[in-house]
Amino acid sequence: MSGGFDIYVAGVGGQGIGLLSEALIRAVDYAGYVVKGCDTHGLAQRGGSVSSHIRIGAEAHSPLVSEGRADLVVALERHEAVSAGRAYLREGGTLLWLDSTWQPLAVRLGGARSAEVADVEEAASLRGGRAARVAPVAAVDPRSHNVVVLAEICALGLVPGLRLEHARSALADLLGGAALASSLALLADR
Amino acid sequence: MKDLGATLLGKEAFSEIVIGDTAVVRAMLESGVRSVTSYPGSPTPEIADAIRAIPASSRPFRFEFSVNEKVATEVAFGSALNGHLSVVFFKSVGLNVAADSFVQLPLMDIPGGMVVVLGDDPGANSSQNEQDNRHYARMSYMPLFEPASAAEAYSMFKAAAGLASRRRMAVILRLTTHVCHAKERVAFGPYAPAPFDPTPRFDPDSGNYVPLASSVFPLKRRALERLAAIASDPEALATNRLEGRGGSRRGVIVAGAAYLSLMDALEDAGPRPDVLKLGMVHPLPAGQVLEFLASHDEVKVLEELDPVLEPDIKALAYDAGLRTRIIGKRDIDERMGEYVPSKVRDILGSAWPDMFDSPRPSALPAVASPRPPQLCPGCGHRSAFYAIKKALSGDDITVADIGCHTLGSFPPYGMGRVLLSMGHSTATASGLALFNGSRKVVCFIGDSTLFHAGLPGIANAVYNAHELTLVVMENGTTAMTGHQDHPGTGKSFNGDSPRLSVRAALEGLGVANIREVDAYQQAKLIEAMRAATSEPGFKVVIARHPCMLKFTREARRRAGPAWRAKRVRVDQASCTRNLECVGRFGCPSFQVGEGGAISVNADLCIGDGSCRQTCPSGAIVEDLGGER
Ligand SMILES: Cc1ncc(C[n+]2csc(CCOP(=O)(O)OP(=O)(O)O)c2C)c(N)n1
Repeated sequence: MSGGFDIYVAGVGGQGIGLLSEALIRAVDYAGYVVKGCDTHGLAQRGGSVSSHIRIGAEAHSPLVSEGRADLVVALERHEAVSAGRAYLREGGTLLWLDSTWQPLAVRLGGARSAEVADVEEAASLRGGRAARVAPVAAVDPRSHNVVVLAEICALGLVPGLRLEHARSALADLLGGAALASSLALLADR
Repeated sequence: MKDLGATLLGKEAFSEIVIGDTAVVRAMLESGVRSVTSYPGSPTPEIADAIRAIPASSRPFRFEFSVNEKVATEVAFGSALNGHLSVVFFKSVGLNVAADSFVQLPLMDIPGGMVVVLGDDPGANSSQNEQDNRHYARMSYMPLFEPASAAEAYSMFKAAAGLASRRRMAVILRLTTHVCHAKERVAFGPYAPAPFDPTPRFDPDSGNYVPLASSVFPLKRRALERLAAIASDPEALATNRLEGRGGSRRGVIVAGAAYLSLMDALEDAGPRPDVLKLGMVHPLPAGQVLEFLASHDEVKVLEELDPVLEPDIKALAYDAGLRTRIIGKRDIDERMGEYVPSKVRDILGSAWPDMFDSPRPSALPAVASPRPPQLCPGCGHRSAFYAIKKALSGDDITVADIGCHTLGSFPPYGMGRVLLSMGHSTATASGLALFNGSRKVVCFIGDSTLFHAGLPGIANAVYNAHELTLVVMENGTTAMTGHQDHPGTGKSFNGDSPRLSVRAALEGLGVANIREVDAYQQAKLIEAMRAATSEPGFKVVIARHPCMLKFTREARRRAGPAWRAKRVRVDQASCTRNLECVGRFGCPSFQVGEGGAISVNADLCIGDGSCRQTCPSGAIVEDLGGER
């Protein structure tokens, strides 16, 4: 891959960002590219924002994606999609987002406005990019939507060279038993 | 599924995608480490996770989570005295706790050798400060290596362990958060397990081990001589490298993760400066540095956090009469925050304005509400804070301590308004209670912290007759750092262990006034707090409830496919939209919709029901349809 490719993944603690980004890194590795990354967990488990950085290509040195430089931003929640898109998306990049809502405290207390679909679209269009919405699947456990999004990334060809078979191999590295079977089934559904 | 333990134990050389913390564990195996100790703290607990992945029966070293960092350091020191290569690891601020013993290590002849692995946290991602522990290396005359990546965490651990064993001393491996957590494919060498010789070889006559008064001086001299020798030790120097062969009149001296950010920034730069990348940052490799200075007109010292290298480098240049322009920190901001690529680019641009010809991309202004960390759904700390707040007046003084319950200081609770360090709360509160007859003083502490550093403050409160109320937030685990066991849980890393009862510990220290309440029983807790805070002397209320994140995870794992989640729901007919659940109780499961209608986020609610007692109109009911 020439020129490198940066992915920024954002969500809320508990949504399984860790598995999604680890699977992406391993899938990219299976696809034959040099890749590195970093989870920024902070106080993640406590319902705070969580993010992961993934950097593909030999010209990527730091494991951290820089602001305004992500070719692909993946967000698993609406407010996170707006924040991550505005902070990290590069000119002409893609913002893939799962349309779930976990209201931040200030929104619940009425002090701040709730993020709307239009806010996500604006985050992408301000960068001359596009937003692609993934609708939650009612029949799928919320904590498995990370795999739904992984399938979407592969199916839409959002990461150059990355295919479903690479994601399958990656998941097989990371999961076993029933968890693997159900995740592979989600990939196959796509 | 890949088996991390089996992978780490592989005898042949291999490569695998790992984080820095995991890479360090492979390095421990290859280096022949025999004893490892720690106290949990981000960014290092994942080292213990990787150790746990190796089955105890095939683990060639012993591991323990000690009671605190000082104890962990001392255990490692003791085992190294007997000739066993030992490792202690902990987070940045852990070194403050360990310091009293740590600073003595360089005075000692340590036959087994010892590696102190520090997890510093530039950017304060998960810490109460961003202290630069390189200062400790200077202060105590200890060598320090600083890797930039997961691969270097592996190779520099081996360099540190090699140096520590060869020279019978303690050596620091200073990791930082995004080295610990950086993930990449790392190439590992072969692992040939060596037979273990358990003979306790401590020989008090082989050197002086009791520094006292004038006997300190020969030991100090030896420490300084050893340090000077290391500054030219070829194996230590091999961790430094020069990039670019003097083609530039500009140079940069850099170490650690800032090096990678520098490389990123230089991708956009015009002519590239040469780079001296240090692995060993203490002692400063004077020869290499001087040569680099002498061959460049301008040298930027690019160091994250404090100017530790800069003054030494400037002094070297001064003494050598060099005219090289040395560019150090130019403002306070260069001392603050993590040296991420964009920051490094700005710093370079400030030193050399001609370096970049276009502005760098930046973030658009944020519009979405930020998401501060908060207590989990079902957390006993939430129930406790909600109740305790009711028992106090707004004017009373509450003192926080370190743990998940620190989050009680945020809205909507505002419980615990001052914080120093682990275990500080009782003593800080004791001071706040002096000359203070009007405002009640209440402080909090977690159970892991109580055993870590909380006991002296409690002993002092009893001994010196301080007037305050301590609330022990007993959740049966070290929750904040990932649910490690502690002396009060009845388990250690290695299996069952005697459970030290919090109450017995308090009684043993002479605390006479103790109440115990389940944190979910808010009415009882309110009453206990009202009573305790109106009585004289030092009072303790134990607010107990298991960590529900841990509890629910374990229950889910045990139940397997048979797991049926519980939920509450809001009965819209009886809900009066007073927002008690959202605004005061503050469980994140409650969401506010159109017109103030309250709903329950099914992704979040665990059905603990601790909220039900808070609703004045009784509208929170069990959701019998809830299952997933
Ligand atoms: C000296 C020091 N060591 C370690 C840490 C990391 N740390 C932060 S919170 C915490 C756990 C506290 O556990 P506990 O007191 O039981 O409270 P809980 O999180 O379970 O509520 C630790 C070890 C720290 N901040 N300071």
